[in-house]
Amino acid sequence: MKLPIYMDYQATTPVDPRVLDAMLPWFVEKFGNPASRSHAYGWEADAAVTKARKQVASLIKADPREIVFTSGATESDNLAIWGVAHFYREKGNHIITPTTEHKAVLDTCRHLEAEGFQVTFLPVQSNGLVDLRMLEAAMTDQTILVSVMAVNNEVGVIQPLEAIGRLCRSRKVLFHCDAAQGLGKMPMDVNAMNIDLLSISAHKIYGPKGIGALYVRRQPRVRLKAILHGGGHERGMRSGTLPTPLLVGLGEACQLAASEMVAEHQRVLALRERLRHGIMSQLTHVELNGDLQARVAGNLNISFNYVEGESLMMAIKDVAVSSGSACTSASLEPSYVLRALGVNEEMAHTSIRFGLGRFSTEEEVDYVVHIVVNGVNKLREMSPLWEMVQDGVDLNNLQWAAH
Amino acid sequence: MAYNEKVLDHYENPRNVGSLDKQDASVGTGMVGAPACGDVMKLQIRVNEEGIIDDAKFKTFGCGSAIAASSLVTEWVKGKSIDEALAIKNKDIAEELALPPVKIHCSVLAEDAIKSAVADYRSKQKGG
Repeated sequence: MKLPIYMDYQATTPVDPRVLDAMLPWFVEKFGNPASRSHAYGWEADAAVTKARKQVASLIKADPREIVFTSGATESDNLAIWGVAHFYREKGNHIITPTTEHKAVLDTCRHLEAEGFQVTFLPVQSNGLVDLRMLEAAMTDQTILVSVMAVNNEVGVIQPLEAIGRLCRSRKVLFHCDAAQGLGKMPMDVNAMNIDLLSISAHKIYGPKGIGALYVRRQPRVRLKAILHGGGHERGMRSGTLPTPLLVGLGEACQLAASEMVAEHQRVLALRERLRHGIMSQLTHVELNGDLQARVAGNLNISFNYVEGESLMMAIKDVAVSSGSACTSASLEPSYVLRALGVNEEMAHTSIRFGLGRFSTEEEVDYVVHIVVNGVNKLREMSPLWEMVQDGVDLNNLQWAAH
Repeated sequence: MAYNEKVLDHYENPRNVGSLDKQDASVGTGMVGAPACGDVMKLQIRVNEEGIIDDAKFKTFGCGSAIAASSLVTEWVKGKSIDEALAIKNKDIAEELALPPVKIHCSVLAEDAIKSAVADYRSKQKGG
């Protein structure tokens, strides 16, 4: 077993060796520019791009002509939201997005706000899910776009995309979905879900970093203003020479995700449940963050009461995980996602996100359960809060001096 | 974040973890910080008849630097008079542990813990 054990699959994933094999010929031997129409180097690269476009489209049940390649989900989110806002600004100036979205969505919306657009940052329920009635109530005749992620990166909850899509379509509002964390882990169908724009990232699905895509619906047609101008690649929506090896990698990753999704889901879910039961059966005062049922298989986000997240990560340094604790970020603010779920600051400080994936094993899970239980017990022995709770003190009744 | 060796050493082998009897008149207890801020330190000192701190214990909820700062402080106050202990400044703690700017508040908290423990001890002495 290799240490540290990787359990941060929501941060990124290793490139699947089969993906790498598919990519390798496109660096040195077949290096042509897919936009070169006049010779065989260009033609073979163009054929590879065409194949990749089909593979990507097929995973979300789209038409290959609806795929725009980008540098990743952050660019796709920017292009979708900024591009739609600017193209449709005559029609309306209102955008709705939940407070638990990725920063690529939230920050883009904040920039639009500064430009004069109206943005509703929609609160979510305590299980992390969007309340459809609240979403509908937030819509006005000025609303042009709703942006809701498929799966949350921190707590793994799956949003009710089909219902959101139906609502948006009935109100003639465009629906953008950041699917970076959901793609390949759950069936995605842009037509059944009425999704108009969908952001894709390769490195979350065992593909290379630096490549992604934006699905842009053709029927009924969705228009957007480009951010990058130049040679008019990607039907004018995103100029820039297409990176053939990265595209081949993204395409292969999508194809593998499609063919292995069902089996992988069951395997990863079994591991996640083994981890959850292993930890929760041996420790008290631990809480799951986010809904358990509407949740992607590979995510487990737990708060360990009375133990600070960063010190816990030091205690379990044999496993690579993320924490919602402020101390792991430069901002000193605990996770805004957990706060939006109504998790109090204290519990947000004690949260750990375990991310499982394609290469996780049962042996790794068992070892992680062991070190987490030991680490939490050790830190609780050192925790004045734990001591007070053991003595029957109600911490909520104490006055603390904020600092 | 990569940790300084001294922080790691105190974190891995914390000195003087535990509790003293807080009812004892020779024991001063300081509790500083807040759970919502991510760190709470409890520092206890026991002062002998010569006015020297002959024992110190801590318990800390917080990041590695907070644990290290409290562990270090228990080592430093032992054998010192109360006034000598009060002379320990957050700057000394931060320097000893080479804390980065974002962790300076851990050393401030440790200094506050000493003051708070001493204040508790003194109020007990007056009362008793």
